[in-house]
Amino acid sequence: MRIEPLHTAANVAAVVAWGAILGALYMVFQYVPMERTMGNVQRIFYFHVPSAMVSFLAFFICFLASVAYLITRRRGLDIAAAAAAEIGVVFCSVVLITGPIWAKPIWGIWWTWDARLTTTLVLWLIYVAYLMLRAYLPEGARRANLAAVVGILGFLDVPIVYMSIRWWRTQHPAPVIMGGKGSGLAPDMALTFRVCMVAILCLFVALLLRRIVVELLQDEVDHLYREADVAPPERG
Amino acid sequence: MVFLHQLFTIFMKDLRLEWRTREAMSAMLLFALLVLVIFNFAFNPDRELVLLIGPGILWVAFTFAGVLGLNRAFAAEQENGCLAGVLLTPMDRGAIYLGKWLANLLFTLVAEAILLPFFVLFFNLELTHEIPLLLLVCLLGTIGFTAVGTLLAAISANTRLREVMLPVLLFPIIVPVIVGAVESTGLILNQQTEGLAGFIRMLALYDVIFLVTSTLLFDFVLEE
Repeated sequence: MRIEPLHTAANVAAVVAWGAILGALYMVFQYVPMERTMGNVQRIFYFHVPSAMVSFLAFFICFLASVAYLITRRRGLDIAAAAAAEIGVVFCSVVLITGPIWAKPIWGIWWTWDARLTTTLVLWLIYVAYLMLRAYLPEGARRANLAAVVGILGFLDVPIVYMSIRWWRTQHPAPVIMGGKGSGLAPDMALTFRVCMVAILCLFVALLLRRIVVELLQDEVDHLYREADVAPPERG
Repeated sequence: MVFLHQLFTIFMKDLRLEWRTREAMSAMLLFALLVLVIFNFAFNPDRELVLLIGPGILWVAFTFAGVLGLNRAFAAEQENGCLAGVLLTPMDRGAIYLGKWLANLLFTLVAEAILLPFFVLFFNLELTHEIPLLLLVCLLGTIGFTAVGTLLAAISANTRLREVMLPVLLFPIIVPVIVGAVESTGLILNQQTEGLAGFIRMLALYDVIFLVTSTLLFDFVLEE
């Protein structure tokens, strides 16, 4: 895979993300009106929900890349799966941290074992385990195979976890956006939310591309060492 | 037919291996027994509390013991290049997975069968007509976690720190099994039937999904 175009794309995405995040911060803290019942703490929603969506997207990309890897055996797909899982865990951590900050004043509790919270936590655990597995395996085709299997298994598990916990109990607020009758955001809030969504998405794309570029460069360095017949230095 | 014969060959090989060493069984049994004893000290439960937390204790004992057995199954294959030997035989990879899974299932079920009377005895439960349902739940729950567990054990056997890697990979994925098994065991012990069918159906669904997926994915795990 050619590195330069990816590198350029990563830079463009980073610049756009930078601008969009500045815009999002302005919208969230200046432009958008205070929510009537929840007050200031509601503003966390503009970062919480986009992060959740992006982390699910990331794990979905990891799943797709894992399936595609097992079919085509292209190194680039293995790198993409690993990068998506890493960035997904970062955004998932943001979700798990911002959630309780909002929940304490609104629900009166930090945490509850409801379907969405529990599924998000289990998802986080699965992909941390995925990253741990990668860290404990020596690099190579074998690691790519094994990681891809866990990437597929883990993602398939998500809907089942969600269903099983739903059987158990549910407390998370119903989807506000596209949640059917009576749901929906006020126009100002919807606009702010959209800006935040774009900002977080750009940040995700920038991080993902950057991560892939770094891994490809690492491959190239290893290749150069091999060509020069020099043992590569130990990587920690 | 050939497939079934291959499956049976692997199954019998693991049974013979276990019969000669008795390593996995003794470790599982003793460990699970210890879990029951330790939890008894941790909670010091009275009659009502037992009905509330008993199912959880039972399934913690079962799954933790199961992990010990699963770890053994592929650790033994790593020694002396045994796995390479198995792979050199002209066998279907699916048959290898299912054979090893059946052996793991049998070991875990035997351990559970020995453990269950101790559970009833230690916590002074009185079971009569609930027993068949309880056994069904044990069977379905154990099928679920050994099905994924056999695949993940084959994966974690390749890593450094494999004893740690298996539970870290396995427990998040078997959350639905734990929920289903603990809830239905609780309902059975409390002699309630409402919602029981739903949980049992969920366990069965999980078993089917993960047995099929694991059989298909096992091919990639064994690849060199």
